[in-house]
Amino acid sequence: MVSGPGSMSGTSSSEARDAPRIGLFVTCLVDFFRPSVGFAAVRLLEQAGCAVEVPAAQTCCGQPAYNSGDRADSKAIARDVIAAFEGFDYVVAPSGSCAGMLSHHYPELFADEPEWERRARDLARRSFELVAFLVDVRGMQAVADAAYAGRVTYHDGCSGLRELKVKRQPRALLSSVAGLELTELPGAEVCCGFGGTFCVKYPEISNRMVEEKAADIVGTGADTLLAGDLGCLLNMAGKLKRQGAPVRVRHVAEVLAGMTDTPAIGDTPEP
Amino acid sequence: MQPTSHAFVENAHRALNDAQLHAALGHMKAGFQDKRAATIARMPEFEDLRDQGRAIKNHTLAHLDAYLERFEAKVTETGGRVHWAPTPAEARDAILKICQAAGARTVTKGKSMIAEEIALNEHLAANGIEPIETDLGEYIIQLRGELPSHIIAPAIHLVKEQVAESFYAHHTELDPKRPLDDARALTDEARAMLRQRFLAADVGITGANFLIAETGSTVIVTNEGNGDLTQNLPRIHIVIASIEKVVPTLEDSATILRLLARSATGQEYSAYTTFSTGPKRPGDLDGPDEFHVVILDNGRSALLGTPAQETLRCIRCGACMNHCPIYASVGGHAYGWVIPGPIGAAINPGLIGLEEAGHLPNASTFCGRCESVCPMRIPLPSIMRHWRERQHERKLSPGTVRAGLGLWAWAARRPRLYRFGTRLAAALLGRLGRRRGRLKRLPLAGGWTDWRDLPAPEGRTFQQHWAARRSGAGR
Ligand code: SF4
Repeated sequence: MVSGPGSMSGTSSSEARDAPRIGLFVTCLVDFFRPSVGFAAVRLLEQAGCAVEVPAAQTCCGQPAYNSGDRADSKAIARDVIAAFEGFDYVVAPSGSCAGMLSHHYPELFADEPEWERRARDLARRSFELVAFLVDVRGMQAVADAAYAGRVTYHDGCSGLRELKVKRQPRALLSSVAGLELTELPGAEVCCGFGGTFCVKYPEISNRMVEEKAADIVGTGADTLLAGDLGCLLNMAGKLKRQGAPVRVRHVAEVLAGMTDTPAIGDTPEP
Repeated sequence: MQPTSHAFVENAHRALNDAQLHAALGHMKAGFQDKRAATIARMPEFEDLRDQGRAIKNHTLAHLDAYLERFEAKVTETGGRVHWAPTPAEARDAILKICQAAGARTVTKGKSMIAEEIALNEHLAANGIEPIETDLGEYIIQLRGELPSHIIAPAIHLVKEQVAESFYAHHTELDPKRPLDDARALTDEARAMLRQRFLAADVGITGANFLIAETGSTVIVTNEGNGDLTQNLPRIHIVIASIEKVVPTLEDSATILRLLARSATGQEYSAYTTFSTGPKRPGDLDGPDEFHVVILDNGRSALLGTPAQETLRCIRCGACMNHCPIYASVGGHAYGWVIPGPIGAAINPGLIGLEEAGHLPNASTFCGRCESVCPMRIPLPSIMRHWRERQHERKLSPGTVRAGLGLWAWAARRPRLYRFGTRLAAALLGRLGRRRGRLKRLPLAGGWTDWRDLPAPEGRTFQQHWAARRSGAGR
């Protein structure tokens, strides 16, 4: 089995032939901040019988441009992504926000260019958020062998929740993690205040939002916060750490894959 | 009114440091969200009803001129008069003329956001006519010289202690030692004060939730009954409404009414739903002698045929702001104009200009909660994005932001270069944050680090690890 960056699970050659080919959309934040999430995604996808590839020609889904009203640059980036992920059976991202961009917003972007719209729709049809893909497409009902001793609470990232209807899937898999106890977060469906460039364009408002979120998280008494989007996680971890709250913050994929020996997000490495 | 939307950031700063406001806004969840959720849970056909509501309004907007003309014909037929007002100034003047012709000294007013939009009170007062707000919330903010901060709960930014303070200060004819410590006492006092004013008013002005084309009727919904007293007691009733309030039939208004109160307050129906058609006919027991409808455009017709047209489906229920985390943080006044919250962010740029209202569609995380509760299925985030695109085209966004984004987008299109750059940056930040796992401060990243720590990158990028793994070099 995968033990982290560097090794790869051995799938027998016949399995490998039937295995769906996945293009992993790593996301710019995972690539830059937390590669472990990418490797957790690879492990989970392999456990679900998939063959995972990572096209080198990927950078970002283009949301910073798209949400800043820069349609020309968004389209240019979207064209690159569409081209890079053509030919894969599925495109999977460990982020509801980026998966939502691929599956909902790319087709919108090309509404005035029929040929690109067709290609965007084709990509959209094949694109999924990681945990929803595991449960809804691959029929995963329980994790392979993950255990996590802790009381966990879960924040629903906005795009995953509202655009992709990711809600029960992470809970279903988390309930199969040995030793894990889930306490629901009040206001789990309320935005954490990240919002991409929003958090630096309107930092004071963003701060109020993440303050309220942090108070709700601490109020659950959970020792661990999970979510499916690294943007939200960096924001919430950043606030919790600034306040000195003793809550560990991880991407849900890390726990589901049983890859939790790395320091949690924003935590001091063990000496 | 003079908008202050351009100063949104400063307005928000003030609001965020206002403890009383914070306390007042804290009641929104229990007051609005939970009640709405409970009512809707009891109504399995709610989603179908939303589709019907959307279809009715889409159809009406596609034939808006025809339905407005039919409405006018019906109002005329029933003895009333329609006044078309392309601009706020024309609407104000039409109303002032009617009041002056009647020799009015005081006018009572039901709650109307359009009256706020055209700054009617100031105009009447400047011409020697005293306007008296009769909706409790509007009455309170009129005493305080404030603007409404919410479209259905104008005084939601206040706690009851502030209301009591205003009553003590203004109702000087009453015993200064009377207790005013609960909502009941405040309501009773306002009601007693208003009773005399209702009887003395020469003209009553109300808004309208709907204008019904097939009958020429106007409809208001209230919970206090003040609207009925406003429109029935004086000799003259003036309705002020904007063009998109028209619906084809009574049946259509009934469909949308089923959405309205549920979305607004979680009630199945508001306490009062009042239909008014024309002036008093011979033999009628009550009703006004004159019935006028002033219909305002103020930029709305220019939105037809644009992506922002969908905002004209809005029925002003307030659900979007009741569920908006930005609104809950800064309150309605920060938005700097009559319509706050997500619908304000989506429509105000069209009504007061993108130069003035540019911040509003930007101050959103696109969390989508507004769209998910909007009974008329208005895609509020998409419309906000539409305005951001117009801003970008017209170079209204800050130059530094545009340059930064342009550079980033340029690099994002060059994967090799991008990989090189991210590798260096991840290594650098990873090293800076290695000991603590996070950064307390980072040059040029104050927007982030002034408020929260920045979790440090692990040090190598995923692409680096993956390339190493591919080439068999391992870690
Ligand atoms: S935009 Fe929708 S939710 Fe907001 S006030 Fe209008 S109808 Fe209600």
